[in-house]
Amino acid sequence: MGLMDGHALIERNATLLLVGSLLIVTIGGIVEIAPLFYLDNTIEKVEGMRPYSPLELAGRNVYVREGCYLCHSQMIRPFRDEVERYGHYSLAAESMYDHPFQWGSKRTGPDLARVGDRYSNEWHVQHLADPRSVVPESVMPSYAFLKDSPIEVKDFSTHLVANARVGVPYSDDMIASANADLRAQADPAADTSGVEARYLKAKLGDFDGNPQQVTEMDALVAYLQMLGTLVDFKNYDEAAGYR
Amino acid sequence: MKFGTAIVLLSLFAFAALVAAGFGVDEPFRQHMWILFFAVTGFTAILLRKTEFKPAAPTDPSAYMDGPIRYGAIATVFWGVIGMLVGVVIALQLAYPDLNIEPWFNFGRLRPLHTSGVVFAFGGNALLCTSLYVVQRTCRARLFGGNLAWFVFWGYQLFIVMAATGYLLGITESREYAEPEWYVDLWLTVVWVAYLILFLGTILKRKEPHIYVANWFYLSFIVTIAMLHVINNLSMPASFLGSKSYSAFSGVQDALTQWWYGHNAVGFFLTSGFLGMMYYFVPKQANRPVYSYRLSIIHFWALIFLYIWAGPHHLHYTALPDWAQTLGMVFSIMLWMPSWGGMINGLMTLSGAWDKIRTDPIIRMMVMAIAFYGMSTLEGPVMAIKAVNSLSHYTDWTIGHVHSGALGWVGMISFGAIYYMVPKLWNRERLYSLRLVTWHFWLATLGIVVYAAVMWVSGVMQGLMWRENDEQGFLVYSFAETVAAMHPYYIMRAIGGAMYLSGALIMAWNITMTILGYQREEEPMPGSAPVFRAARSGAKKWA
Amino acid sequence: MDYNLMREFADSWVLVAMALFFVGAIAFALRPGSGKLADEAARVPLQDE
Repeated sequence: MGLMDGHALIERNATLLLVGSLLIVTIGGIVEIAPLFYLDNTIEKVEGMRPYSPLELAGRNVYVREGCYLCHSQMIRPFRDEVERYGHYSLAAESMYDHPFQWGSKRTGPDLARVGDRYSNEWHVQHLADPRSVVPESVMPSYAFLKDSPIEVKDFSTHLVANARVGVPYSDDMIASANADLRAQADPAADTSGVEARYLKAKLGDFDGNPQQVTEMDALVAYLQMLGTLVDFKNYDEAAGYR
Repeated sequence: MKFGTAIVLLSLFAFAALVAAGFGVDEPFRQHMWILFFAVTGFTAILLRKTEFKPAAPTDPSAYMDGPIRYGAIATVFWGVIGMLVGVVIALQLAYPDLNIEPWFNFGRLRPLHTSGVVFAFGGNALLCTSLYVVQRTCRARLFGGNLAWFVFWGYQLFIVMAATGYLLGITESREYAEPEWYVDLWLTVVWVAYLILFLGTILKRKEPHIYVANWFYLSFIVTIAMLHVINNLSMPASFLGSKSYSAFSGVQDALTQWWYGHNAVGFFLTSGFLGMMYYFVPKQANRPVYSYRLSIIHFWALIFLYIWAGPHHLHYTALPDWAQTLGMVFSIMLWMPSWGGMINGLMTLSGAWDKIRTDPIIRMMVMAIAFYGMSTLEGPVMAIKAVNSLSHYTDWTIGHVHSGALGWVGMISFGAIYYMVPKLWNRERLYSLRLVTWHFWLATLGIVVYAAVMWVSGVMQGLMWRENDEQGFLVYSFAETVAAMHPYYIMRAIGGAMYLSGALIMAWNITMTILGYQREEEPMPGSAPVFRAARSGAKKWA
Repeated sequence: MDYNLMREFADSWVLVAMALFFVGAIAFALRPGSGKLADEAARVPLQDE
């Protein structure tokens, strides 16, 4: 059998061509992605990290829905200017409960990985409703409609269940009280001991200036106010060096 | 034609949508299902009206099946104009934020509409119709599977409509270039598998012993996109009657999966597929075989071998482990070689016929496409170097790079293929006007140059302003100041985009008139054969 | 099938096999005598219609 007969092999055989190219493109993905599930430093737990409270998760969903990630990153790189501007560089563990991740790819606006506690609730509400009244140079759209959109979810516990199914450690207790926790966190009159116990450092109270109802504005501000606040970097061991 | 089965299935589909609209757990999902219901019902009504009980004319099994390709060519032009129009709108929104209309037409909802519109609606339809055109003619076989091609075409349009309306309603997974939610993803998977069967089936029944290299590129695009799409979109719905789902992966894993997808969507959707286009339409329009067929084979294997590893360069200096970043950087730099091999192969196809660049505006368009392919595949590896990336990442430089590839390479090669195909598909002697092609060419080229140059300057400036320190070591600029500094560039960028869009509108006019059967009376292109002047007496005239 | 198996694939003979396949594909394309067939294949698009 000469070389000429072997010619039929790839150039003329569609199935072989299919298998060959599929094999080659698969291996690259497996080798790059699969180790991340096993390497210690990508999944190491850092003290302080916890799943999102129902209200924060609802706010995160608003963040995703409105495409905030298209202009705001949530990933501080270990450069002098970024650390000075935004705070400690982001750790891998800080997005361990993020389904999906919100690192972003573009900074038309500033990074938000540690925006929590930097501004007051009132500032956020005003800024979201009319950005240029607070920051004249801003090119951000207005999100005033969030104030008039009550959170419309028949049963929010399904969202916690879905997250639990993909690996977020929501306990049965958290799932059972999801709907109540969602309301209690944004209601200044409610008994919040349950929320506080289940979700450490959760921000409490009315966020949008309207205690009557829980709106998407409440949820979004609750989410923004907790971003980057869970890990206490005073106690964080830099020498461990994982990121 | 009777469409009995199709009508029954579509009615059931519409009924399911109606049920979902009634029982959906969230408002966007209910609205989305209403849209689905009306789309499917409308389509069913059209089929009902087109039903005839006369025996169908027998199809010639040896003839090429060009119906779906004609529709695909029209869809390409249509979606191209829409996608680019949305692009100009969002460019203007960044310059003049008052143009945002909340909630449906805010930047955050329109931007995925633009990216998906140009990548999947314009680019996807271009790939769909050219791949079916090329595979039949290089295999000398009719499309496999009877009406399967029609299912693929209309199924894909339904995907586009559902994705686009979903974005405006705020239904998104937030995965760039893969934003549609779980149920739209499932539908695309069905359509894509049908597309694979259609394409592979046609190759398997070919009468030509060789599988021409363009089909290799098309096939690798179809297979790889299937794999990327399924893995990247693995997610857990909160409810099977709701629009929200949560990604199967989190944090670092999710980021790498997404950018493994994102980069290879560029590699296999916007590069491999369009290289298939190049390897067929450039030789056809130049009427000479590709410069080196053997180089094209090496191009193919090297490209797919290297591309798949390059994704991590989107995550330099993030929390992704260093080894993965370095791997991504090294493979990205190596990618420069096969890319330029392909560019040389495309350009040298014209060796000995360089005068065609002067006389044939379609060839000129294709050559410019290949030149932009070369430029962006040089810029890409440079930007993948970590030191460069530390400056360019998060800035407009990336946007400029993407657009020099997308407008320059993907757009121009598609325009060239459309200009070549349309007169053939509708049996026209020639295009309505070659002079309008020249206009399109210059508007598009100038538009890209303006766009890329402006974004490069603004990106570098943005990156430098962010990191500038004064003598005491404090940051010089607040973030808001860097935003204000971008304003003039955002205006110029919108102008560049508008030029490109106006070129596309000229194409839409030219293609429409060609399809309608008109020929513009015009002076022939300088140096071209006089055959262009002689509009045949039978053709309709349009002064 | 777990990750260790995949890792073994990538670390060892499958990586070698892939590289060999890649080199083979190039060698195959450039082998002596392929020129004529390549020219033949290159003319495929020009023969229809």
